Amino acid sequence: MRTTMKTNAMTNTDLRISLLFQLFWVFVRIGPVTFGGGYAMIPMIEREISAKRKWLGEEEMDEILSLAGAAPGGVGVNAAAFIGYRLAGVKGAIAAIAGITIPTFIIVCLLSAVYSQLAEEPKVIAAMKGIHGAVIALILVAAYRMAKNAIFDKTTAVTALVIPIVLLVSGINPIYVIAVGLIIGFVYMPIKQLLGLQVRTEKDSLNNSDEESNYPEYYI
Amino acid sequence: MIWNLFFIFIKIGLLSFGGGYAILPMIQHEAMAGGWLSEKEFQEVVSIAGMSPGPVATNSATLIGYRVAGIEGAIVSTLGMVLPSLIIIIVISIFFYRVRDSQWIKTLFYGLRPVITGLIAYAAIRFGLNSMEHAFVTWQTIGMLIIVFAALYGLMKYKLHPLTIIVASGILGVAFF
Repeated sequence: MRTTMKTNAMTNTDLRISLLFQLFWVFVRIGPVTFGGGYAMIPMIEREISAKRKWLGEEEMDEILSLAGAAPGGVGVNAAAFIGYRLAGVKGAIAAIAGITIPTFIIVCLLSAVYSQLAEEPKVIAAMKGIHGAVIALILVAAYRMAKNAIFDKTTAVTALVIPIVLLVSGINPIYVIAVGLIIGFVYMPIKQLLGLQVRTEKDSLNNSDEESNYPEYYI
Repeated sequence: MIWNLFFIFIKIGLLSFGGGYAILPMIQHEAMAGGWLSEKEFQEVVSIAGMSPGPVATNSATLIGYRVAGIEGAIVSTLGMVLPSLIIIIVISIFFYRVRDSQWIKTLFYGLRPVITGLIAYAAIRFGLNSMEHAFVTWQTIGMLIIVFAALYGLMKYKLHPLTIIVASGILGVAFF
């Protein structure tokens, strides 16, 4: 593929199509081997895109990955869209998203079909109960990792504690909770500034060069 | 029905800050409000999504779509979940490439991060409560607690691969239940 890229005889259109296909193919290979959600994809995406293919510089890659984690949506899908867009515009973004989505889509549909055939088997029911336990643990680890970056003062601690209680007791649509989260900072920061208190919007360690702490490893 | 699925996952996709496990409560709310799945069926969906490779949120959307309206449902739900990402990322790429360091974004995330933490914790509690079929402690509950703590220990202390944890828990499940 890379040698065909370099052939001058190829027209621009051919080159574009070849790049789109390569983008698609890179992400096709990443999806099926990453378990535990989007953040598990990050090291593989970095290796394939910047280390192996040199499509993007390391700094640009860091920027893209931290934006991908902040935007709504899964970090893996977001990173694919960012990289695709930077390299080949809207079509590139679509090719990359298709690449990261299609293989797992097929796997999930197959698993679901197999499961519905075997759902009545006692051994399958027992195994699913065990897996249920594993998923509880995975979610707890995700919550813990998110908490490490999210909780650093009284307001953030109280917010994180109150949210699950409110949801459990009231049964309101969790979308409202997200809406509240979007405005808390803008209500709270001016009040704090008025009172002349010290204002911090991030945990100190977030500003360190340590990249690990820049990616809160909640699972996608 | 198909359009309904599509628009609901667009709505969820637009607000899915924090990714997979943080979105589960929202997906659950919509799926149960729409009468698509019972709580038990939703838990099955999450278990299958969690043991599959790839993003948990997209996987859950695919599975729910599949259950509600077959392959067509799976396709529209997945598209609905992914489309907002595509549009938002393109908009961010065009307008605010350097948003990471803006004070505005930092203030936004100051409030959003603990809320996401709370949502993920809520997903875990909901998922855990559902595994208890009786109000009193039974062998089932004890077995489940053993699996949860063993899985936590393996993940945190030994940094075991999630797939290893899932397979081991499945085997323990067969042994226990």
